[in-house]
Amino acid sequence: MLNRIVVGAGYGLKDWIAQRATALIMAVYTLILLVTLGALSPSSYEAWRAIFANGFMQFMTFLFFISLFYHVWIGMRDIWMDYVKPDGLRLMLEIATIAALVGYAGWAVKILWRL
Amino acid sequence: MATSTMQFKIYRYDPDKDNAPYMQDISIEVDDVTDRKLLDVLTKLKAKDDTLSYRRSCREGICGSDAMNINGKNGLACLTEIKDLKQPVVLRPLPGLPVIRDLIVDMTQFFKQYHSIKPYLINDTPPPERERLQSPEDREELNGLYECILCACCSTSCPSFWWNPDKFVGPAGLLNAYRFIADTRDQATNERLDDLEDPYRLFRCHSIMNCVDVCPKGLNPTEAIGKIKEMMVRRAV
Repeated sequence: MLNRIVVGAGYGLKDWIAQRATALIMAVYTLILLVTLGALSPSSYEAWRAIFANGFMQFMTFLFFISLFYHVWIGMRDIWMDYVKPDGLRLMLEIATIAALVGYAGWAVKILWRL
Repeated sequence: MATSTMQFKIYRYDPDKDNAPYMQDISIEVDDVTDRKLLDVLTKLKAKDDTLSYRRSCREGICGSDAMNINGKNGLACLTEIKDLKQPVVLRPLPGLPVIRDLIVDMTQFFKQYHSIKPYLINDTPPPERERLQSPEDREELNGLYECILCACCSTSCPSFWWNPDKFVGPAGLLNAYRFIADTRDQATNERLDDLEDPYRLFRCHSIMNCVDVCPKGLNPTEAIGKIKEMMVRRAV
């Protein structure tokens, strides 16, 4: 029983779509950031701060980070699924990945809104 | 009669005699006119050393028996022109499958995955007197799918299949899965999509296209896999 191969978890499409959607969001954000930096060319800390104090930029930057972390989650889980055979170890690595990414998301909020 | 000498490096392993696999250097005289394909030369090599083992049958790219790794790339010996091969020609068994002997691999895992996609038409309506007809347009959908000869060149060049051969269907199995999903006469489309919507069975494919690169029939499993995903998206959103 223990050695029977079990397959058929029945998920994956949502993540596959999310991987593409988050990539698109990150690409759009990269363009917005490049245009903004190109137009304003901030040369001081205050000018740089002012860009990210703007509500729209905060929203977009936060969206970027959330997209990045979700994208990383899907990619890292793919890596663990591809290469890590022991199920227990894979579960541990997946939990560690989620823990790190949730932590990073909180950290991003703290930095963006100067909490 | 013009002849030339060809150098070979061939993977040899006979589990009854050898402790470990080794590469054997062999050279052979080939006829520049009549020996055109790699299989012609393998036949000569076999005549010279009858312990050399490989599978072959139709010798014209239909049966898919003589798939092997030729100079690092999977292909059929019977379709490979010897004049295109860099020497010494390095022949190895298909990667990722257990070796039975020399160039012969155990394809059980490969066929297990193929059988798992139910490679037959499922239609519970009473069969008509003659045959289930399709429009030429519907039939067109099966082109580029039905030609698969199950040689396993694609699946054994796929890293995802190397890492998870027991869980990932692999390019050959998925191409054939789409062959039945695309068939208008098949009624089990939803069940087929349900069966494949899985992180291992389908979504181990990361579209690196090794399968497309090696297919001796010029088929495109990555495109078929993309179409399966597209149908799942259309069904879900």
